[in-house]
Amino acid sequence: MDLALDLLSWFCLVAGVLFGVTAGIGLLRLPDLFTRMHAAGIGDTLAAALVVLGLTLQAGLTINLIKLALIMVFILLTSPTSTHALAKAALHGGVKPLLDSGKDDPSSKT
Amino acid sequence: MVRAVSLSVVLYVLWLLLSGHYESLTLVLGAVSSVFVAWIAYRMDVADREGHPIHLTWRSLVYWPWLFWEIVKANLEVARLILAPRLAISPTVIKVKASQPDELGHVIYANSITLTPGTVSIDVRDATIEVHAITREMAEGLQTGEMDRRVTRMEGAG
Repeated sequence: MDLALDLLSWFCLVAGVLFGVTAGIGLLRLPDLFTRMHAAGIGDTLAAALVVLGLTLQAGLTINLIKLALIMVFILLTSPTSTHALAKAALHGGVKPLLDSGKDDPSSKT
Repeated sequence: MVRAVSLSVVLYVLWLLLSGHYESLTLVLGAVSSVFVAWIAYRMDVADREGHPIHLTWRSLVYWPWLFWEIVKANLEVARLILAPRLAISPTVIKVKASQPDELGHVIYANSITLTPGTVSIDVRDATIEVHAITREMAEGLQTGEMDRRVTRMEGAG
């Protein structure tokens, strides 16, 4: 039982880290601020959720379990707010989103 | 008033869960501060249906699991886009209607859009949300309006 929990917990942690790395790659690879925000969204949601889930499995039925769950709830409440603030600030600062203009646009190159 | 009482209960439960100290003195102090904070919130008029939306509690239990599953699916989609050898993105800006009756609903809808990777709400004005999507397909997925309908249903209208 303990081994199964441990395995599940590590699976979640490793998967979370992989999604975190993916978010990082996306931040580097995507062409502009607005598309990069989508990559950052992976880090805020699934990567964070998997890491927290993995940690709750390690914590067991203790008070730490509730604290971890609360951390996740607060991440889910605050991250869209900060993303929205960032997007709004960028728009006000005159950053125009790069838009898809057709089939062969430069943004689709690596 | 109901909301102020409910707020103090929620605060006290939160305090109990976070403190981990259960001697009578700390329990009483915690109760006093929870009630005090709820009283201030009541006096400031912030313990209202926006600040403490208890009327959404039951229906949100249906909405959250659905939203969570949508987030997982969208995450996999965006991760696939990022890791694909050729970056097949088509950034699009669209406007979607928010059919919720009040601002609280608009905020829930806009935040749900942002929480789902691949779509970010960048502006909210008069029940219209401007959304930046990383691909045209994701923008079209949002335009089907399923999320909009579900948020409206959670608010108890429509």
